[in-house]
Amino acid sequence: MSWSFLLRRLLLAIPTLFGVAAIVFVLLRVVPGDPIAMLIGPGATERDIAELRRLYGLDESIALQFVYYLQDLAGGNFGTSISMRQDVMELVLGRLPVTIELCLVAMLVAVGLGGAMAVAGAYWRGRPGEAAVDGAAGFILAIPDFLWALLFILFVVVFALDGLPISGRIGHDVGFRGATGFLLIESLLRLRFDAFGSVLLHTVLPAFALALPLAAIIARVLKTSIAEAMTQDYILMARVKGFSRARIVCREALRNALVPTVTLTGVQFTFLVGGTVLVEKIFSYPGIGNMAIDAVINRDLPLIQGLVLTFAVLFIAINLLVDMSYALLNPRMRHG
Amino acid sequence: MAEAAAVPGGSLPHGQGSALRRMLANRRVVLGGAVLLFFALAAVFAPLIAPHDPVEQDLLLQYAPPVWADRAEPGYLFGTDNLGRDILSRLIYGAQIALFVAVTAAAAAGLLGTALGLLAGYLGGWVDTVISRLVEIWMAFPAVLLSIVLVAVMGTGLHSVIIAIAAIDWTRFCRVVRAETMAQKQQDYVASAVTVGLGRMHILWREILPNVLPLLIVLFTLEMGIAVIVEAILSYVNLSLASDFPTWGTMIADGRKYVNQAPWLMILPILCVIALVLALNALGDGLKDVLDPVMRK
Amino acid sequence: MSAARIPPAGTPGGSILSVRNLHLAIAGRRRHTPILRDVSLDIAPGEVHGLVGESGAGKTMIGKVILGIQPSRARITGGSVLFDGADITHLSERERRRLMGRGLGLIPQDPMTSLNPAYRIGGQIADVLRLHLGMNRTAARARTLELLHDVHIREPERVLRQYPHELSGGMRQRVSIAIAFACRPKLIVADEPTTALDVTVQRQVLALIKQMQAQEGASILFVTHDLGVVAKICDRVTVLHGGRVLEAGDTRRIVEASQHEYTRALMAATPRHDRPGDLLQPVPETLTARLDEEALAYDAAYAAAGTHDG
Repeated sequence: MSWSFLLRRLLLAIPTLFGVAAIVFVLLRVVPGDPIAMLIGPGATERDIAELRRLYGLDESIALQFVYYLQDLAGGNFGTSISMRQDVMELVLGRLPVTIELCLVAMLVAVGLGGAMAVAGAYWRGRPGEAAVDGAAGFILAIPDFLWALLFILFVVVFALDGLPISGRIGHDVGFRGATGFLLIESLLRLRFDAFGSVLLHTVLPAFALALPLAAIIARVLKTSIAEAMTQDYILMARVKGFSRARIVCREALRNALVPTVTLTGVQFTFLVGGTVLVEKIFSYPGIGNMAIDAVINRDLPLIQGLVLTFAVLFIAINLLVDMSYALLNPRMRHG
Repeated sequence: MAEAAAVPGGSLPHGQGSALRRMLANRRVVLGGAVLLFFALAAVFAPLIAPHDPVEQDLLLQYAPPVWADRAEPGYLFGTDNLGRDILSRLIYGAQIALFVAVTAAAAAGLLGTALGLLAGYLGGWVDTVISRLVEIWMAFPAVLLSIVLVAVMGTGLHSVIIAIAAIDWTRFCRVVRAETMAQKQQDYVASAVTVGLGRMHILWREILPNVLPLLIVLFTLEMGIAVIVEAILSYVNLSLASDFPTWGTMIADGRKYVNQAPWLMILPILCVIALVLALNALGDGLKDVLDPVMRK
Repeated sequence: MSAARIPPAGTPGGSILSVRNLHLAIAGRRRHTPILRDVSLDIAPGEVHGLVGESGAGKTMIGKVILGIQPSRARITGGSVLFDGADITHLSERERRRLMGRGLGLIPQDPMTSLNPAYRIGGQIADVLRLHLGMNRTAARARTLELLHDVHIREPERVLRQYPHELSGGMRQRVSIAIAFACRPKLIVADEPTTALDVTVQRQVLALIKQMQAQEGASILFVTHDLGVVAKICDRVTVLHGGRVLEAGDTRRIVEASQHEYTRALMAATPRHDRPGDLLQPVPETLTARLDEEALAYDAAYAAAGTHDG
């Protein structure tokens, strides 16, 4: 993988980010509806409103406001949250690890589940097993993550599965306050297995809800890629070598099917991250998605801006990572 | 095919009759269409078939369980909610809102996306660059969050929901239509239209659009499914309509609050959303199968 | 009935491979298309046996049937393939896998596509050693280096860690040969192993196959369309057309005094290094048309015999 390629991608991300910032700015100011109306609580006086306008620079012209806004962003200043009266950057960074861990667990689930489905479908090619895998993938894909989340909750309630928590991130009785937000990793490193187990258990349902649609997509794309790889000469060669069908599918074909699958499904990972907004809300999971909905409900303009930008940065970062993993997986790119 | 040969020089490779026949022969089209029709009929005749007023509260009748449970209240097939409102009636009126939003939002997204996609694909050059860049930036947003923010800014109400869906999902139409238009542009019939001296807009409108149409029908159907979901999401976070208005999303949100006392509050609206979305997906996929050979010509 | 048809071949008992009256057809939607018609051939231990014919003669299919990698629509409609005295046409997957490696090997036609692009060369040789000979990692690595040395690859230590795309076509074919001989199989099917290579590389690879064969003592079924190559490397030859064996015998006799008109026509169509000035003549169409008719007549007779037999 060449560094110039990476650098180029990084540079290309800047105008996209700029565009995102501009659109958020315009959306929140030009669209009908006074932004200050989102800021004021009930019972605010005219003077309060004027004061707020001045405080947030809303008495300046739109163009000037945009310049100030960009200057602040460039300096890492996302403003102050109105509802929480705290620095937006601090708030977001405090919650970001929660969402990152949730997404990573969800991604592992999606890759494991989707991979298993794809391999099973490829192994049983042309037999009822393949049709079952296809049907399952189609069904899973038709139902969005937030409905899966609600279905899981229903399931837990109806069947009284009290062991599976449906809200929060860690049990109240577990006395564990991490120094970082990465509770899963930190509890594991500090050998607090009770805390690790509790966080993991709280993460299972939201992670599965987020993972299912991605798993279905991975299953479909990977199965097609494996089928394509299975027609190649080196598979014939592997049969002549005397390898079992399981080994041929899992080692010889799967490895070569990974590259196209990563490029085709990597972008879907952004949908998983976007899904945290609702899924975290539904499971009262304290990440940035949950925070975003609260910010909207509280009409916390600076926080909304900060969160939307954070998501955009995450999306762009994922796309970059996908490109990099593509280069890493493909020996031709690594050496070429 | 035989019909195609019977139409000398016809631009449509298949007669309308044969397209309809092939649709009726497709299992997914029939199944999806039937479920869609079921919901559409419920929506249209809601005032006639709903046994109760969907917003009428009866605090003496809270949490009446559905008929299959013990202690069911006669006359309330699916039970009542936390305010004693009839769930069946609310579901029926909820179908009205769901389908209305689905059709109008998908149409709005389709119009915007198709217009931009046609322009980008046909004109190319800087127009294409600008529009493609815009699509790319749009894709960098979390769609759900953006729709929530949009509705929050514009204020709750159906029109906000529809505008929000259109403002976010136009990219789906734009990307596909752009690619298809670029492909169609290479075809002979466009070249011959150019040599005959037809204007650009004329060619776009009369020559390219009809050929992109089958694709648009498929996209529209699939977008309806997405719109149903987004509307449910927005009602769920209490941004679609006033909360006593019966939308499926509101019902799900209420059900989530009282899930421990009355799990059936949530089951039925979720099943309705899933059934309608599955039906629209099946219809869209089926139509894709049926219309695909036409598109490839 | 089929027992009566077995020709009195030289030493059927001593053959490592004995194809007996093999019939094969591709299953179609309405009818089966015959590909192989009553093919018989014998390969003695240590023999290099040429299988010659034009494209479509069915020669590659014979190799695939021996290796058990014929397409799934191919149906063996009659006859048998005896390897080491046992029929191998209807083996279970497990039995078939046990046969590969130490029993059978393949030198593929196209070395560019036959090595797995995702894995290093060393691993692709070592995996057969570990699977069939039960070697551990260290032993397999040592043997791999030895094999790479045997097939005249310079800097085997480095090649071991390289990916297929980093090697030239000739290098890759040497690796394929190393894999084929790795577990000392009794029979190797070489499927047009030089066709995809440059002319200069062709000669080296041919010499290498011959050398490895002499060193390891394997039999080789050498599938080719090139009688010139056959003359250089093979002990005996079978000439195939339209899925039928037209002629078989010692290479020298076939090349110098063929009994069959088609073989002579094929000779005339083959460039010869000893007589470079000769004009090449294509095989006459009248001849191939007549042979095709014979094949169709055979199909009719075979089908009729099949229905009579029940």
